[in-house]
Amino acid sequence: MKHLLSAADLSYEDAILVLDTAKQLAAATEQGVGKLPPLRGRTVVNLFYEDSTRTRISFEAAAKRLSADVINFSAKGSSVSKGESLKDTALTLEAMGADAVVIRHSSSGAPHRLANAGWISGGVVNAGDGTHEHPTQALLDAYTLRSHLRNGEGDLKGVNVTIVGDVLHSRVARSNVLLLNTLGAKVRLVAPPTLLPYGVEDWDCEVSYDLDASLEGSDAVMMLRVQRERMNAAYFPNAHEYSSRYGLNVTRMNRLAESAVVMHPGPMNRGMEISADVADSQRSVIVEQVANGVSVRMAVLYLILGGSESM
Amino acid sequence: MTSSAKTSYVIKDVAILDGKPTDIVIKDGVIAEIGKGLTADQTVNGSGCIALPGLVDLHTHLREPGREDAETVLSGSRAAAMGGFTAVHAMANTNPVADTAGVVEQVWRLGQEAGLVDVRPVGAVTMGLEGTALAELGAMADSAAAVRVFSDDGKCVHDAALMRRALEYVKAFDGVVAQHAQEPRLTEGAQMNEGVISGKLGLAGWPAVAEEAIIARDVLLAHHVGSRLHVCHLSTAGSVEIIRWAKSRGINVTAEVTPHHLYFTDDVVESYDPIFKVNPPLRTKSDVAAVRAGLADGTINIVATDHAPHPSEDKDCEWTAAAFGMTGLESALSVVYETMVQTGLMNWAAVADRMSVAPAQIGRVSTQGQPIEVGSPANLVIFDPRASQEVDARKTVSASRNTPYAGRTLPGKVVATFYRGKPTVLNGELNA
Repeated sequence: MKHLLSAADLSYEDAILVLDTAKQLAAATEQGVGKLPPLRGRTVVNLFYEDSTRTRISFEAAAKRLSADVINFSAKGSSVSKGESLKDTALTLEAMGADAVVIRHSSSGAPHRLANAGWISGGVVNAGDGTHEHPTQALLDAYTLRSHLRNGEGDLKGVNVTIVGDVLHSRVARSNVLLLNTLGAKVRLVAPPTLLPYGVEDWDCEVSYDLDASLEGSDAVMMLRVQRERMNAAYFPNAHEYSSRYGLNVTRMNRLAESAVVMHPGPMNRGMEISADVADSQRSVIVEQVANGVSVRMAVLYLILGGSESM
Repeated sequence: MTSSAKTSYVIKDVAILDGKPTDIVIKDGVIAEIGKGLTADQTVNGSGCIALPGLVDLHTHLREPGREDAETVLSGSRAAAMGGFTAVHAMANTNPVADTAGVVEQVWRLGQEAGLVDVRPVGAVTMGLEGTALAELGAMADSAAAVRVFSDDGKCVHDAALMRRALEYVKAFDGVVAQHAQEPRLTEGAQMNEGVISGKLGLAGWPAVAEEAIIARDVLLAHHVGSRLHVCHLSTAGSVEIIRWAKSRGINVTAEVTPHHLYFTDDVVESYDPIFKVNPPLRTKSDVAAVRAGLADGTINIVATDHAPHPSEDKDCEWTAAAFGMTGLESALSVVYETMVQTGLMNWAAVADRMSVAPAQIGRVSTQGQPIEVGSPANLVIFDPRASQEVDARKTVSASRNTPYAGRTLPGKVVATFYRGKPTVLNGELNA
């Protein structure tokens, strides 16, 4: 694995390898030996063009636990805010010897350009690009699903995952549809028609406009963040109507199977797509998703940087 | 032997369009003789080649004044000559905008100084391309540049009342409004064709309906006021249907398609390489089939390049930061050859019509698009269909390198271009 740009880059074997590696790394971390040595002397740059404290911290923690040197480069207050182009920033990082660049960018495809335009030679990890993809989020979601529904082993064959909300603008949804399919899960997208991408009927998933009709049989419900500003562009009339039709409240949650889990990539709009009671309930694995994010990102960095030392 | 304005040329054994090989003598700026065994001061071997009337581009961005780092009237004229063109229409979205007699005369004069093609300035429809008030259309028409084509290209004249007035007003001087059909609200932030691929790539979509809705409105407006309408860079199957319907109703509308919309489909965007970022965007396979069929049956009247040069910093970046547009003058004839002639959809007579005769008529350029016969102005292109060339962006004549064909092999090659009797290209090399 040279780069991780899209969840579609991961074959079934790759995906299982990442999840298994993450599991081992999590176990090794839990044994409390402190930092693991495999990326000692390697440099990982966190190149964040968008504010994303949680993802950046997660990648930073992952790299540091593997003993990598971490450089955080955020757009604000840097040369980027002085108008430096992505290309020039990339050339700078290359000159400084970055072994891997973790990039978050508002432009869909920016990680592809960084990896393929000939600007840098190191590995590129997509940490979220525009409305395109967020593959490490999909990996941590798969990891979380696997540990709850499949005892932390194998794939997700036969697992029914319902993803609800603003699919149109969601990089999380795109990556999840791809990866969950690779792992054998069945995905259903639920959203008002305005928040589904054109051509979604050609995706490898079911599509529904009706949340109530989609709860039964779901092993997991993943609620996507819905920005309140979307109603200004007429995607839906107002927040109240949205949450009454597509929000996950306690009544709806109680209709889920006993074993079903509730997920959210964060940050949540409590009261909008998810009620506070649901977010804080027993079924919610939202905090666990965050913890798993570090393990999965450790695995991705480890595999991309080809850590040769034994763990 | 040195060439001068007085030098005569004979092109030996060249096929005029789909005809048998013959000789053509060019003298004193006109076609002096056509026949067998002719001689002249200089000989051009035309064996195996096709002679077409010099190509006329109705849609060229020469960028001067304002973006001389991307192209100038001179560099664009050179690129045009290399592509076999003898006339280009310079679009109005310069800086300052070509919305006054002063600016169009400046561009026209720069074209005269370059002296490689007829540079016909296009006038803006609205002041500053802002879509709110008419530009001085009459003053531009009456100027030395004698503007006949008016366009806010790059932007759509989206206000229906203003479009109606523009269509009416230009009738006074036999002008035409060339519309960039793009409903602005449906295309806010649009990055590529809205379809399965845009959904997958997470790039904001530019739906076909945003083009078709404006074309439908405009043909009805043109019908209502009895005016002449030209539709720029038509790109969707639905647009072809609307134009076909309008023509069947006798509406006075003409339409153009670009070489890149004949050639590429939107799946090339999967590379996220902004070299493929263009407006209107590259469309689907069925759209490409429809515009090819429309061009072949004459529903679409002409091929126009929409040659849009950009400096490399505007393309060597992430997709959404990149500029829209691609160069096209140097590759147009080869692309039309590959997509329309090699596929059996058109013969050379049809190519001459779509790339020379019809655009000259729409632009009211009387000395261009003339039949290849004795007495016609000697505006000619000699094209060798047996040659092929791999496109190398570093070797373009245009001042910009944003050709989407870089690394691809295109069939055919312009061997010679004659502009008013003088060779601007000879032996496949620029002669200026």
